[in-house]
Formats: sequence, C-alpha cells, structure tokens
Amino acid sequence: MITVVLPGPADFPAWRQQARRLLQAGIPPEQVEWCVAGEAPGLFGGTPPPRAEGPPVVVPRAFLPRAEIAIRHRDPARFALLYRLLWRLTHGERHLLEAATDPDILRLEAMEKAVQREAHKLHAFIRFRAVNLPTRSPAGEAGRHGPAMPDPSARSAEGNAWTAQSAGPGTSARSQEDEAWRLESARAAAAGRPPEDGAWRREFAGADATTPSPEDDTWRHGSARADTATLSPEDSAPGHEPAKPDPDSPCYIAWFEPEHHILEAEAGFFIRRFAALRWSILTPTASAHWDGETLTMGPGSTRAEAPPEDAHEELWRAYYASIFNPARLKPAAMRAQMPVRYWKNLPEAREIPRLMAEARSREAAMVARGASPPAPRRQRPLHLRPAPDVATDMPADLFAATEDPATALRALREELERRNDLPPWAAQATQLVFGEGPPGAPLLFVGEQPGDEEDLAGKPFVGPAGRLFDKALLEAGVERPQTYVTNAVKHFKFKPTGRRRLHQSPDAGDIAYYRPFLKREVELVGPQLVVTLGATALRAMTGKPLPIGKNRGAVMTSPDGIRLFPTVHPSYLLRLPDAESKTREYARFVGELKAARREVA
Amino acid sequence: MDLRRKLELLADAAKYDASCASSGTERRDSRGGGLGSTEGMGICHAHTPDGRCISLLKVLLTNACVYDCAYCINRASSNVPRARFTVRELVNLTLDFYRRNYIEGLFLSSGIIRSPDYTMERIVEVARLLREEHGFRGYIHLKTIPDAAPELLAEAGRHADRLSINVELPEAHSLKTLAPEKDAPGIRRAMARMRERIAAAQEAKRTERRAPAPRFAPAGQSTQMIIGADAADDAAVLRSSATLYASYGLKRVYYSAYSPIPDASRLLPPAPPPLVREHRLYQADWLLRFYGFELEEILAGGEGGMLDLGVDPKLAWALKHRGEFPVDVNRAPREALLRVPGLGAKTVERLLAARRHGAIRAADLARLKLSLPKLLPFLITADHRPRGGVLDSAGLRRLVAPETGFLRAVQPRQLSLL
Repeated sequence: MITVVLPGPADFPAWRQQARRLLQAGIPPEQVEWCVAGEAPGLFGGTPPPRAEGPPVVVPRAFLPRAEIAIRHRDPARFALLYRLLWRLTHGERHLLEAATDPDILRLEAMEKAVQREAHKLHAFIRFRAVNLPTRSPAGEAGRHGPAMPDPSARSAEGNAWTAQSAGPGTSARSQEDEAWRLESARAAAAGRPPEDGAWRREFAGADATTPSPEDDTWRHGSARADTATLSPEDSAPGHEPAKPDPDSPCYIAWFEPEHHILEAEAGFFIRRFAALRWSILTPTASAHWDGETLTMGPGSTRAEAPPEDAHEELWRAYYASIFNPARLKPAAMRAQMPVRYWKNLPEAREIPRLMAEARSREAAMVARGASPPAPRRQRPLHLRPAPDVATDMPADLFAATEDPATALRALREELERRNDLPPWAAQATQLVFGEGPPGAPLLFVGEQPGDEEDLAGKPFVGPAGRLFDKALLEAGVERPQTYVTNAVKHFKFKPTGRRRLHQSPDAGDIAYYRPFLKREVELVGPQLVVTLGATALRAMTGKPLPIGKNRGAVMTSPDGIRLFPTVHPSYLLRLPDAESKTREYARFVGELKAARREVA
Repeated sequence: MDLRRKLELLADAAKYDASCASSGTERRDSRGGGLGSTEGMGICHAHTPDGRCISLLKVLLTNACVYDCAYCINRASSNVPRARFTVRELVNLTLDFYRRNYIEGLFLSSGIIRSPDYTMERIVEVARLLREEHGFRGYIHLKTIPDAAPELLAEAGRHADRLSINVELPEAHSLKTLAPEKDAPGIRRAMARMRERIAAAQEAKRTERRAPAPRFAPAGQSTQMIIGADAADDAAVLRSSATLYASYGLKRVYYSAYSPIPDASRLLPPAPPPLVREHRLYQADWLLRFYGFELEEILAGGEGGMLDLGVDPKLAWALKHRGEFPVDVNRAPREALLRVPGLGAKTVERLLAARRHGAIRAADLARLKLSLPKLLPFLITADHRPRGGVLDSAGLRRLVAPETGFLRAVQPRQLSLL
C-alpha cells in the first residue's frame, strides 16, 4: 500500500503531480491511499510514492478542469475517485467521460455539481458587515491585527506559499516543481513533436520530455490570463482609475460556513466584484483577505471573530419583510433554494418564522376587507385630456372630396387605426402601416402587406424586400421620395414561431376588407399610374384574381378606370433559388420600373 | 417619513412585479475601477417564503400614480399611504446594500407622476448617477414608460442592462376595462422601438470592433402578464406570449398570478386564482421555447382553452397522444425524447451521449435519478417494454401522476370576471 500525503485539502497541482507519478509507475488505484497533511493518517501507514519515470500520460481534455472542481469536495474519497477515473481513462476506457450512467462518472458529476452549487451559494449568501479598521480590530483584541489584516510573515513562516497576486479560480501559487515542469515542457515543445491524436486530448504530462499541446498551454495559463483586467472603454473613462481603498474606509467582513473547500477558488469572484473595497471572508477552515491589491489566504476562524451586526441589516430586514407577498405562501420552494442550514448566517432569515405565521391571516384580512371605496383622486394626469362628450375634431368625411388631400389622407389613416371590425389577426400586429409619400405623386406603388421590419417601424417597404425595391428604383431612375408607396393590406399577418414571425399571405377576405381604404387612398393621392407589385396588389386593385405572368409589364385599366401597371413583388426576387435567375429576373423588374416611369414622363 | 418606512412602502408597492432576473448581460467587473460585477449568470441573494427570490433591490421611486389600473395597489383611487424616494436616497441605498452583498443591483419602477416624461427622467437619473458618479457595475433593470420621449428611452438603454414594459393583461379589451389610461397599441409600439434599438446595438457590437458601440440594454427586454385578474383563458395568455416572443425578441414573459391586494378595486375577483395555474403557464412557456412544441399541441392537452392543472402540460399532451408512445430510448431522435414526460432537455442530452457507448437499460435511468414508475410506461429500454395495454389503460393517468394532497388542494377553482 502506498500513502500519498497532499499539502492541502484542495491542492489540485499537488494531486496532479502525484497522480502522474503513480500512473507512470503503473500503480493501480487499489494500492494507493490518499490523505491530507495534518488530517488523520491512514490505517496502514504505507510507503511513500515512488519517483518512477515512465511514458507520458495523455487524458481527454475535459478531465482536468472537471477534476479540478471535484477535488474541492469534502468527501475524503475524492482523491481516490479521481485517480481511479484517471486509471480507467488510461487503461482502455478512453471514452469513459461520456458514459453518463457509469457509477464513477455519476459520482464525479455529483461532486462537481455539489461544489459548484456551494460556490454559487457562497456568492449569494455571503453577508458583509462593515467595520472601521484599522483603528480597532473587530474582535477587539489589542495588540493584534484583526482578521482583515493578517500578518503575512506569520503565514509564510508556516511554510505555505498562500500569498497569491490577484487570484482567480485556480491561480493559487503553484508548487515549484510544477513550475519546473512547465519550463521543461516548453523546452520539449521547442524541440518539436507532432500533435497528439486529435484535438480532444490534453497532455497529462510527466516530468520528462513531453510536449504540451496548444490547448494544454491555454489551460495552464488561461486562468492567469483571465485575471489581467481587460479595460473596456468605460473602464478607461476619466474618474474611474482603479482606486485604492481609502485607509479610513470601512472594512467589509463576512462569516460563512461552506460545505466544501471552495474559498480560495472563489475569492476571485469577490475580487472582481469588490476590487476597491477592503474585505475579509472568514470560514472555519480558512480565511481570505483582500486589501485592495493583494489576496491573502489565512487560517480558519470562529464566528466570534466576525463582527456582530451592521446598521444596514435593519433596513435589509425591512426590505425582506416588505417584498414578501403574504398572499402566496410557498415555503418549500424557498427552502429548496435557501436551505435551512444557511439561515443562521443570514440576517434576514430571522424574519421568516414571523412572516410565515402571519401570512394566512394577512391574506384572509385582505380578502375579507374586500373592495374599498375609491379614494378621491389626488392627482390628475396632465397629459391625458378627458375625452370630450362631442368630438371637437371630427375626421374629414371619408368618401367626400376635400380641399386638402394630405388632411384627408391623415383622416383616412386615423379612421383605419380606430376601426374595431379589423380582421382578428390584425390585433397581433404592432401597428397600422399606412402609405407614405407626397399626395399628387405621379407613380403610386402598391405592395402586398407590411412584413416584420415594416411592422416594427410603422413604415412601408423598409425591410429586405424594401431595400431591394429601393435599389431597383434607383437603377430605373425613379426617386422614391417623389413616389407614393403603400400596401394592399395594412397590418402584418403572421404566425409566431419561436423567436420569428412567419409571413402569412392575406386571403381573399383580408384583401376585400382593406380594399375600400386602398381605393380611397389611391383616389386621394391621384397618381397618373398605379404600379401593382405582386398578385395581392393586382387583386386588390382589380377585385379579381389575375395571373401576374400574363399581365405584367403592360398598362391595363382597372374596373374603376384607374391605369394599372402590374409587375412582380420584390420579395419574389429574394425567394428565387439560383443566382442566374435572380440576375435575370432582377433585370426584368428594373426594366419594367423604367417602362412605368416612361408611362408617366 | 424616515428611510425605513419609505423602503417598506415602496418595496411593498413593487412586489407584484415578478421579474427578478439578473442574468444575460455583458461581463464586467470592478478591477478597472468602480463597484460591482456581472458575470452572465444571475444570482439570487435571498428567497422569501412566497417562493420568489431576491436578486435585485426592487422598489418604486414613488407609489403615487395618476393612472387608475384596477389590479394595481398604487392606482390613483387606492387608499395606500404614498411615499417617494429622493434620487440620492435611492442611489445610496443601492450602493450600501450592494457592498454588503445583499443584492445584484437595482430594479426600478415608478408610479406615473406629473407626466410620463417627468417620471422617466427621474428613473433615468437614478441609473445615470449610479453608473456615472459611482462607477456602479452591477445590474440595473428599469421599467420603461411607453409614452416617454425617445431620448429618455435611449438614455435608459445606455445605463440599464434590461428594460421592460408590462403588457399586464393578455388582451387589449380587458386592459381597456381594467387600466383605462394604458394604451395597448402604445405599449406594443414601445416594445417594437426597443427591439429595434437592442438589435442595432448588438449588430454594432458585432461589426464595429474598434469604436465602442452605443450600449443599449444588453440583457434585452422582458414583460409581465397578470393571470386571473380578467377572464382570459390560458389559450389567450399563451397566444399572446407567443406573439410577444416572436415579435419583440423578449427574453422572458413573466406570468404573475393575480393576488389579492390590500385595498382592492371592485372590478377584481376577491380571491386569487390557484397558484398552480401560473406554474403550468411557465411550464407551457418552456415547452414552446425549448422543447419544440406548437401552441395548439399544448392546448390540446387541456380542455376548453385551459391547461390541465392536475398534471404538467407535457404529460397532459402525452396522455392525449398515447399513439406516439412508447419511444425507444436507444433509437428515438432527440425531438421524440424531448416529448417524453419526465425527460428534461439536459437528461435527453445525457441519454444521447450515453447510448453511444452502450444500450441504455432501466437501471441506467434509475441511476440518473429519474422516476421509473412515471417514465417506464412511455419508454422502451434495452431490457424493458411497457406491458401490453398499459398505455391504453384508463388508469395510466393515476399511475404516472398519483394525486397527492397538494394536487387535490389545487384542483380547478377557476374564477371568472366581468
């Protein structure tokens, strides 16, 4: 039996180095016993691991980051489990990590999940208490720094290289041996060696002559790199220089009892969040201290060393009690997310029993009180005029000629906006999309219906088809601002599918509904020629379903005596499958627009 | 009035807004200066006995309001005491709470005072001070007032992570009855404008690498619908949210079961709808967005436009489409597995990965902590086939969804109004 003693409870680099040696020496998991320095020694008191050298070891890329998380679990069997996984991965079960139902993998997953959950709870449930340091230590012990300001020399005397610069997850000081490995492997890389067996692998390198793959290198340095602050433009704005905490500013101290060995790995979260504050997190097994520049890890502490109360906790409890809705009591949902074991360190949790006890009676009282008579209104909306009994601005008579077509067009639009007999689907649309252009324009274009972008903007022909239409108009020598553009149907008809709206063609009933409004719109604009784009527009103008192919490109007269010029809809050009027909049809479309222009010249 | 009393009144007034997310925004932190960080994942800092989380300091700037929305505790004709934070008070409160790690940031809404522009200006001013004077990097969610000026909307989007406007009720006609001053088309137009701006800012961020892109609500927009305050059925609610998701790219539609408020209006039902209705709507919402279900399929699981309150909507669908089962866990495509009641999206991915390395047996499902009595009637595994007739038996529902005390308690007690 071989006994491996690790220096710390979550020291991944040390575990990795030992595991590598054991693997190279070919020692199976059953013969290894793992323990942490300072904790109870094993029953067998076996021999130390050999310093054997063997062939390099390669493991799937996904293994190392997962193992680095799982090693923080408090389960004493974690080291052995990870070594067993490593053994199996390198002894014929290369795809073990994907075997979701394997008991070892399930255990690995459960440990990862537990560690990550606890880390998340640490981020969530830490409650800092502000104290004024360094004039007085929070524990009140004279002649000694408070927990926020541990003496670094005392730490290093213990032989622990705990001081880490700006540590994020996984950037604790690496052992010297590990450092040596990195140099050696860099040398090996310079010597050159072909990449190993595809990208899915990562070197699990021995101390000799192996080459880290590029991914490996990224991983090894990734966390360090992530810690160099990337300044966004906002960051470099004046007045936002990284500020050292004011020595007179308060110190923020929290007490937490994590289930797993996560404090050092998660300290980076609080550095990123509270870089300019001085803070300390105390736990029974370790403590973390940030002075605005350096993170110092220290020994465990006791609850008594944490400050007792913070003046803001009263406000916080008041908020907690007020945001709670007594009419919906779901204590099980609360306990699932905020298990009772955290309550003792949460200042707001002492409100819970009272809130729950009173909830039912408060709800019953609300229901029993029933409706209350309205209070006399104290405020009147300034921007909301009361509706007049008789409309002072009646819309211009829709079907009579008016002096001013612009006024009449506006009235027509308002009329359509307030109709309450619109087709039912129109309620889905954002807004009415009315025609746009100067009254009296010589050319009036009628499309089918607004699409997604038109519906959002409230303007016709601004989407993909509209942009193609604009381009074609330009090539045909027609200025869009000089023309009037509208649609046969004036709301967007669609079917919602996930995050997109699927265009639905208007049916005969829809076209018929909007037809009188379109007719009136055309009359008021009074163009010399109406260009209908696509079948819907032609049908709306003629009242008959006419084929485009046979009628396009030539002037015809509508039953009402309006000169029509049918052509295709630009969205038809967008739908064509191949580039060749696209070019051909586009040229034909431009040609027809030119012909229409000549008709009114 | 002291700060504590104000906080109590203005938090009490804000609690009917269900939104609490602090996720999905850009990553930023305080190492370059300022205070706070956002790292993508939201954090719930506390949970209250109503089952909701506290992620943000959720308050109103003031609970005085000129609108008279029947469902709202703050309506003009309500008798609640009124209070108003000064901008400074709210800024300091947010910072003090944030430094103590109570919250992820601020969710600020307000009653309408004087005019929409005036109110929006005050809301934006709080966000501006937090960001510009205090370098606040935490999360900010602002309620947007539909009729406010576009410049104010642009500034709100520059400071906020998320913006939201509540549609409140699924159908425009009930909004007209219960909230006469609110304007459903105006709300939709404001959402359309926000979608355009959010999309433009995202596009600019993608394409213009050098110049800093104009920021606009990187965590998108959301909305809320009140359930059970009007007569709208689940079909109307879900149809409305499907339209909202498709039209305005919403991150979330929150459903908030109408709960009785102190000092209620005569227009409202006195007792709340069952809370489980809200829960079923969220489940249906998830099926629509992540499980490839069509709206009509989900509605087919219930009766008369209402979802089945007794079982979740996926199981309800399965019970009415027994011909689609059993599904072979070792052969069926992802889409078919996603439709098996009791298999979530993550489980399906794990099963798809696992079956590449060997046939899945019933014991494997148990090891994944899945409930075999509920699953096995619908699944074929390497060593299991549902007994003949089990799928067609009338007792299937009782077999897979035994009625617990909880479910009996929530049995349909549907209310209608007006």
